[in-house]
Amino acid sequence: MAVVDYQAPQSIEDAIGILQKTDIKSKVMAGGTDLIIQTKSQTADPVRVVDLKHIDGMMSYTLDDGGMSLGPAMSCAEFTTLDDVKAVYPGLSESAYLIGSTQVQGRASIGGNLCNASPAADTIPALIANGAQCVIEGNNGERVVAVEDFVTGVAQNCMASDELLKRISMPRPAPGTSDAYLRFIPRTEMDIAVAGAGVSVTLDSSGKCTAARVAIGAVAVTALLVREAAEALIGTAVDEQALDAAAAAASAAAKPITDRRGTAEYRTHVVGVLVKRAAKIAAERARGVK
Amino acid sequence: MSEAKKFNFIGQRTIRPDGHDKVTGKANYAADLSLPGMIWGKILRSPHAHAKILKLDTSRAEAMSGVMSVATFDDLPSVSNEAIQSGEGAIDSLDLGRNVLARDKVLYHGHAIAAIAAKTVAIAEKALELIDVEYEVLTPVLDLHAAMKADAPLLHEDMFTQGYPEQPEKPSNIAARHELKMGDVEAGFAEADVIVERDFVTPTVHQGYIEPHACTVSYNTEGQSMVWCSTQGHFDVRASTAKLLAMPLGNLKVIASEIGGGFGGKTTVYLEPIALILSRKSGRPVKMMMDRDEVFRASGPASAARLTVKVGGKKDGTITAMQTSIAYEAGAFKGSPAMIGGMTAFTPYNCPNVYCETFDVVVNKPKVAAYRAPGAPQAEFGAEMAVSELAEKLGIDPVDLRLQNAAKEGTQTVYGPKLKAVGLVECLEAAKNSPHYKTELKEGEGRGIASGFWFNIGGQSSVTINMNPDGTGTIVEGSPDIGGSRASMQMMASEELGIPLNDLKPIIGDTESIPYNQSTGGSRTTFATGMAVIEAAQDVVHQLKERAASLWNVTPDQVEWRDGSAINTAGEGQMTCAEICAKCEKTGGQISGTGNVNARGAGPSFAVHVCDTKVDMETGKVDVIRYTAIQDAGKAIHPSYVEGQFQGGAAQGIGWALNEEYVYNDDGVMENAGFLDYRIPLASDLPMIDTIIVEVPNNFHPYGVRGVGESGIIPPLAAVGYSVGDAIGANVSELPCSPPRVLKLIQEKG
Repeated sequence: MAVVDYQAPQSIEDAIGILQKTDIKSKVMAGGTDLIIQTKSQTADPVRVVDLKHIDGMMSYTLDDGGMSLGPAMSCAEFTTLDDVKAVYPGLSESAYLIGSTQVQGRASIGGNLCNASPAADTIPALIANGAQCVIEGNNGERVVAVEDFVTGVAQNCMASDELLKRISMPRPAPGTSDAYLRFIPRTEMDIAVAGAGVSVTLDSSGKCTAARVAIGAVAVTALLVREAAEALIGTAVDEQALDAAAAAASAAAKPITDRRGTAEYRTHVVGVLVKRAAKIAAERARGVK
Repeated sequence: MSEAKKFNFIGQRTIRPDGHDKVTGKANYAADLSLPGMIWGKILRSPHAHAKILKLDTSRAEAMSGVMSVATFDDLPSVSNEAIQSGEGAIDSLDLGRNVLARDKVLYHGHAIAAIAAKTVAIAEKALELIDVEYEVLTPVLDLHAAMKADAPLLHEDMFTQGYPEQPEKPSNIAARHELKMGDVEAGFAEADVIVERDFVTPTVHQGYIEPHACTVSYNTEGQSMVWCSTQGHFDVRASTAKLLAMPLGNLKVIASEIGGGFGGKTTVYLEPIALILSRKSGRPVKMMMDRDEVFRASGPASAARLTVKVGGKKDGTITAMQTSIAYEAGAFKGSPAMIGGMTAFTPYNCPNVYCETFDVVVNKPKVAAYRAPGAPQAEFGAEMAVSELAEKLGIDPVDLRLQNAAKEGTQTVYGPKLKAVGLVECLEAAKNSPHYKTELKEGEGRGIASGFWFNIGGQSSVTINMNPDGTGTIVEGSPDIGGSRASMQMMASEELGIPLNDLKPIIGDTESIPYNQSTGGSRTTFATGMAVIEAAQDVVHQLKERAASLWNVTPDQVEWRDGSAINTAGEGQMTCAEICAKCEKTGGQISGTGNVNARGAGPSFAVHVCDTKVDMETGKVDVIRYTAIQDAGKAIHPSYVEGQFQGGAAQGIGWALNEEYVYNDDGVMENAGFLDYRIPLASDLPMIDTIIVEVPNNFHPYGVRGVGESGIIPPLAAVGYSVGDAIGANVSELPCSPPRVLKLIQEKG
């Protein structure tokens, strides 16, 4: 693509107005860490870049008793320094910290990671585990879609070309809740998930799991919410037996492909290991949460 | 060199002269030169791994506006089969030409077919789409098994296996078979109490230099043409390019840019002849740059190999026989380092009965190029894995077994000569005494030990030291600096002249400012070019003494040279280098010293590595937790850069052992042609690589130097491989030890 126009609207309304233009294709940009690379592809199709970072609220967040409302374009570098967020959603914070390098995190955003809709996106399973919702604004007003339904395929999401992801919101977790995200890569960093797992668990005062959400990434065309894996944890003390059952449920739900990053067989196995380990970490954290 | 020499500069950790420009971004690399009127060259590459070219028509592309010239194989003046000196061995120039631009057949995915120069990169890329090529797609031959089958599709219908007493009747993908033997292996195995026999597989790997191939060239019909490129040997770029274009050597000047990594891979030509043709046909300077995926697909990786290794030993620890058969992938054209594999496999051992058989096999992959100790890592991987297993079965410590059987001065090698003084025993003893080896392993950790042998070479180097009127000087050498060698040259010249390091500036001269130099390879530069530097510096000292003598009206032998000054031993008087240089006008003109050597007596460098790993038993992921690299440097000129070579070799070898490999699909298309999925180790993947420099002097060098650039990549394959096997309790036979492969071994053992 060839970038022939750049717009930086100051409001959502202006942004949607620009997106409705049909003269050339518009591409929405947050940090641009995916988009800028795409603009270097061979085809010369003209595109307009619509930069969202100047819109009020796109780069900020609020966290209160009701939960978190996150501006989708906030950089991962900033997001991962938010101690109040880290205390409530440590797994989500960790997932943002795994994207790219320190330099890339200076521009990459959670909203961008979500809209880009890579099957291996690190923040998506962590968002799903926390029950995150996408607040979408369009010409016909606002609509809310759960993250697990937002992504519809490889590099595809449910938004129309004149819609925008305005906010990512997630509920304040119940007392005794925490989360964790783990991914597997053959190296230590700068790589793309072979498999990923985000888990949130709620424990009662006796240590029994009363609620859980398990999401897996890089093992299907989209990140998957695995209810069977959550059910394997609910009602247990998140002991080894329950963890093994959750792992088996996650492996059973995985529908991976074999590619240069890993075989289907390996991914199926490893996603179970990750679910087990992430659930264990989430439970340990939950025990420490009042 | 009998007694330890006292040095003023050698052995210090000085600041490298090229460092400032590199860290501030001022250094100029291959892609950094642009010229007025310059245009851009791009290459059309084969979409098939194996196909006949039925038709190649560039007329539509040539007609496109903005296109300045087009190149195909037909533009290479007839290339003969005469072997020319290119890189680290003689290669067939027809093969070189056919690798640069395909003729009749494409032999790997990414094989260059034609090139276009245009006013912009975008026009050149668009014009590539207008080149019409018709292919007859053939079945690709993608591994050694497939290639060596009797009924395998042939890459070259006219290739008959060399190395048998009589030429075989049928052509084959096996270019050559080599055999090396001494003693009687059958008798040796009959004596053995324990025999280990195993098969091993190693993958295709790339050197992974960060700077892609690039060049800027300008052809001149009258006088001299110019090539600016990143290379380990600009004289060999000149030889290959001039040969392919049928030019006299003197009509081509090659300038070596600063180099962003080579490791053996920048010892041949890919772009330079093409760019020069495009420049000749357009009358414009031409710049070409490879993308990273072109580097992976179409420059030379290191051979994949399959080996069978058999070693036998007695209960008392005597190794009685060692035998191997190794097949190396050469890529599309013959010339893998197969024979070197046979020469190196068992050389760390003083064993009387040795048999090595090797095969050089063509496959539909890019033609291999040198990679740090070419051929040795694959062969010694199998040998060292087998020796470690033998030690385990005999119940002998793996270092002790190696010490008991270690090659030393006088040991007969399978390839001919007896070894001169070498430092393997000293390296093994250092390993045994290292804090690392004394560290006890914890549950779930594994340890591997491996030795490595590399010959090192000497060869032709020429150096000139030009003194300035203020007493400073320029060291003009012809060895591109890929590992800090300019710092070493500066130190050696200062040592002889006795003047401060910063008074001497080392530079890499172009092909017309200095006589022929062999390329930087074979770990030869600090040894051989260092000898030329010492000779040139001694020549300067000799002249300085003569000049001082004439000023004092004494004879030169009455003048001594001490700490950078001439001393009049026949009377009173002392003159510094600067004072003598300032008076050159009165004593016969300016001073320059030369050193032209064909250095013999390169001393082999043995290495011993110790590696500890911990394996995640649920995912198969390997963490290297402790690593020590020990190697004989003869004499370390600059210890930091010697250690850097040990660490760099270890890091590349660990990458080879753990995650690096070319992943091909069934059509022969590489699927991981980028650094995201071709996984070289990151800094955070490695522990500190501890180093121990052993110094057993090489008596053929004035200071005792041995080359250190290559041996360090040899031991990691087996040190890591055996360590992983030790950690998981299974036999590792195939590299890389990537998580899926290791997990499978864990699951199979139950």
